[in-house]
Amino acid sequence: MSKTKHFIDQIGLPRLIIGLFFIILIIASVPLGLPMDAVFSDILRRWLMYSILVLAMVPGIQCGISLNFGVSLGIVCGLLGATTAVELSSQNEGVGPWAALGIALVIGVVLAAVLGVLYGLLLNRVKGSEMTVSTYVGFSIIALSNIIWLTLPFKSGELIWPLQGIGLRNVINLEGSFGGLLSDPTVTSTQPFPLNYLAFDIGGLTIPIGLILVFALCSFFVWIFFQSKAGVAMSAAGENELFTKAAGISVDRMRILGTAVSTILGAVGIIIYAQTFGFLQLYNAPLMMSFQAVASILIGGASTMRAKISHVAIGALLFQGIMSTALPVVNKLMPNSMLPEVVRIIVSNGIILYALSKTRGGHQHEK
Amino acid sequence: MENISKEYFGNRVLNQVSLQVRPGEIHALMGENGAGKSTLMNILFGMPVIHSTGGFDGTIKIAGEEVKISNPNEAMHLGIGMVHQEFMLIPDFTVTENIKVGRETGQPTLLSESLGKSLEIMDWESMSADARRALDLIGMNIDDYARIAGMPIGYKQFVEIAREIDKKGIRLLVFDEPTAVLTESEAANLLDIMRRIANRGIAIIFITHRLDEVMQVSDQVTILRDGELVAIKEIKDTSVVEIAELMIGRKVDKLVDQCEDTRTLSDDAIALELKDYEVDMPGEAVRGIDIKIREGEIIGFGGLAGQGKIGIGNGIMGLYESRGEVKVFGQTLDLEKLGEALRHDIAFVSEDRRGAGLLLGESIERNVIFSALQIHNRFTSRIGFIRVLNRSESKAHTQEMIELLDIRCTGSQQKTGSLSGGNQQKVCLARALTMNPRILIVAEPTRGIDIGAKKLVLEHLLRLNREQNITIVIISSELVELRSLCDRIAIITEGKINTILKPDDSDADFGLAMSGLKKEMVTK
Repeated sequence: MSKTKHFIDQIGLPRLIIGLFFIILIIASVPLGLPMDAVFSDILRRWLMYSILVLAMVPGIQCGISLNFGVSLGIVCGLLGATTAVELSSQNEGVGPWAALGIALVIGVVLAAVLGVLYGLLLNRVKGSEMTVSTYVGFSIIALSNIIWLTLPFKSGELIWPLQGIGLRNVINLEGSFGGLLSDPTVTSTQPFPLNYLAFDIGGLTIPIGLILVFALCSFFVWIFFQSKAGVAMSAAGENELFTKAAGISVDRMRILGTAVSTILGAVGIIIYAQTFGFLQLYNAPLMMSFQAVASILIGGASTMRAKISHVAIGALLFQGIMSTALPVVNKLMPNSMLPEVVRIIVSNGIILYALSKTRGGHQHEK
Repeated sequence: MENISKEYFGNRVLNQVSLQVRPGEIHALMGENGAGKSTLMNILFGMPVIHSTGGFDGTIKIAGEEVKISNPNEAMHLGIGMVHQEFMLIPDFTVTENIKVGRETGQPTLLSESLGKSLEIMDWESMSADARRALDLIGMNIDDYARIAGMPIGYKQFVEIAREIDKKGIRLLVFDEPTAVLTESEAANLLDIMRRIANRGIAIIFITHRLDEVMQVSDQVTILRDGELVAIKEIKDTSVVEIAELMIGRKVDKLVDQCEDTRTLSDDAIALELKDYEVDMPGEAVRGIDIKIREGEIIGFGGLAGQGKIGIGNGIMGLYESRGEVKVFGQTLDLEKLGEALRHDIAFVSEDRRGAGLLLGESIERNVIFSALQIHNRFTSRIGFIRVLNRSESKAHTQEMIELLDIRCTGSQQKTGSLSGGNQQKVCLARALTMNPRILIVAEPTRGIDIGAKKLVLEHLLRLNREQNITIVIISSELVELRSLCDRIAIITEGKINTILKPDDSDADFGLAMSGLKKEMVTK
C-alpha cells in the first residue's frame, strides 16, 4: 500500500492520470484501425515542435516571475522575424531557405531580447501578481500585433492579401522559404548531404532528426545557463529573494534576465514551430499558445516555483501526444460532424484547467 | 493567579508562578524576553494557544472566587481588559465607533424585532455619551467624532485605553509595554492616566522594560526569570539596582570552555567602524550608532527584542536601507551598492535562518558555495567563454565543511529544508566561512537550536577568532552567550548604544542598561 503511494507521489497524480489517458488513447486507436505509423509520426512531430515553447517556461519559473503567460510577446517577435525573412527570401534570389531561417532567428532573438528586458522591468513593478499581469500582457501584445500585421509595408505576394495590396494574410505558406527544413523528408531529400539526413522515413515513421537536434541544443543551452554563475543566482532569486539579496545579488536584475531569456526562447520556439508546421499563423492564432505551454510544463511535473528540463520533455509529450491522438480517435468514433473540433477545444482547455488546478508548490501550499 | 505552570511541548516555560494584584493597585510585571510574561498573560486571557497546547496547571481567583477562563470572551465578561502594544483600532472609524465596536447600543426597530438584533438601529447619542464619559475619565479632550486615521500615536493609545474602561464592570486592566512607542511627554501623560484609573479601584498589571517608569507609578513589582518567580517586592522597599539585578540573575557561568588567547587588540587596528549609523529595518530600527571594532576582537550586541540590535547586521549587509558611514579596515563602504560588504570580506550569518539564511529547496552544497561563487567566482571552470559550476570542486569543499562543522546529513546533496535547526545553522556558518571572511557578523547564532549544538557553534566561533584572527560581531538576545564569548558587549536600546560593558560587569549593570537606563543617571 505504502509502496503504491510512494510510487504515485514520485510521479505525481496529475502526470499519472494524464499519462494513463494518453496510453488508453493510443491503445484505442489500434482497434479503430488508425494507421499507427502516422499516429506515432504525428506525436513525435508535435512533441518536438512545441517543446521549445514549453522550454521557454523554465527560465521564467526559475527566476521567480512564475508561469510566463506573456510568452506571446516572444512569439510575436519570432513571427516578425519570420515574416521579414519570408519577405526577403521572396524578393531576393540570393536568400535561400537556410539563410531565411537564419534571418528569422536573428531578428526574432534580437527583438525578443530588447522587448524581454522591457517586459521584465514591467514585471518587477507588479511583484506578487505576475501571473495576472503576464496574462494580460500576452493578450495585449496579440492585439497590438494585429495592427502591425495590417500595416507592415511588405510587398511579397506570399505574405500580403491578394487583391488588396496591403496587410499580411492570416496564414502564410512557408514552402518557398524555410518550411520543413528540419522535419519534412520531402523537403530535406532535396538538400545536399548531410542535410538530407535531417529528416527521413523508416517504414512510414518519420524521424525529424533536425528538430531533435534543435531541441537538444536549446535544452543544452538552458541547462548550461543554469550551471553558470548567473543561472545559479537566478534560481536563488526565484526561490528566496532575501537570501539572494544577502549574497549581494540584485533580485530585480535576475528577474529581468530570466524574463528576457524566456522571451527569446519564445521567439525561437515559434519559428521552429512554424517551420515544422509549414505555415506561419498570424493575427489571433497565437492567442492561446502560451496557455498550452503553461499546461504542458505543469503536466510535466513543474510547480509554479520550480521547473526542470525533464518536466519540459515529459509535459510536451503528454500534452501534444493527447492532442494528436485524441482527434483521429474521436474522428473515427463520430465521423462527419463538428464534434472533433469541439472535442479538440474541450480536451486542450480541459488539460490546461486540470493542470492549473493541480499546481503544486504554489503559494497556497507553502510551508 | 496561584502556582501557575505551563509546558509547551515538554518545555517548561512557567514554573509555579504566583501573581497577586489588589484592587486599585498598579502591579509591575518584569522580566527579560522569554521570561514568561506573555505566557502568563495569555493564560489570564484564556487564549486559544494555551488550551490547544494542553492547558495549564494552577488556579486563577478573582475576588477570592476561583474561575475558569477558557476563552478571551470569558475573560472580558470577568472584567479583564488589555491595552495592546500594537493598537487594535480601525483607522477609518471615529473615536466613538472604535470605542464601541462590538458592543454597540441599539434601538429596536420593526425589522430587528422580526429578523434579529443585528438589524437594530444604532443609538449614536448614547454611544457618543458613553465614549465621552470614558474619554473624560482619562482626561482626554479629543472629539469623539474624530477619525482615528492620522492621529498621533499617543492619542491612539488613549483611545485604546478608553475602549477598555468603557467596558462594563472592568476590574483588571493589563498594559502591555504601553510606553514603548510613545514619546517622553506622552509616556508621562500615560503614567498619570494609569494612576487615575487605579484610583477608581481598577487593578492594573503593568508590563514594561523601563525601570524608571516602574519606580514612578507602581505599588508592587513581580519579577520573572526563565519561567520562575524570582521576587515580589513593594516598590518603596526596593531600588532600581536591585530590580535590575534580579531580572538578569546569575545563570550558568560560561557556555564555552576557554581556549588559549594569544591575541593582541589594539586601538590602531580597527576592523570595522560605524559612524552615525542608521538602518531602516521595520521593528528593529537603528538610530545612530558610533562604534569602533578592533581587529581580532569579539564584540557582542545585546539588548531586548525590537531595540535595534538585529538591524545592525542586516543594514551592513545591505538588506535594509541604511545611512551614515561604515568603514572596513579603513575603506568606506558604498551603502547604496548591494554586496558591497561581501566584497570587503565581511560575511554574515542571518538571524532569519529559514528566510535570508538558506535556500531550503536546494542542496547543502548549493547553499555552502553560493556566496563564494557569486562574489569571488570560486568553484567555476570555463567552458568556452562562459563560466560554469565546477561540480567536483564544490562537492569536495562541501564535504570538507560537513566534516569540519560536523553537519549531520545524508550527504552534500541533501536539501537544507530537511535538516535540523542546529545543522541548518552550521550550513549557514559554512557558507560564511567559505567566503574566507576577515569579519564575521553572526546574528542570533543559537536561536532555536538545542544546547549541545549551541555549545558546538559557539566554540567554533571562538576557535575561528583565536586561530584565524577573524573579527567576530555577535548579535544575540542571550546575554549568557555574549558574556561567555565577547571581549566587549554593547547594549542597544532604542536603536542606540546604551552602554558598552565588559562580560564580567555585574548583573545589575546589564539589567540597567537593557532597561534603557544609564548608570550615571541612577546613581545621581
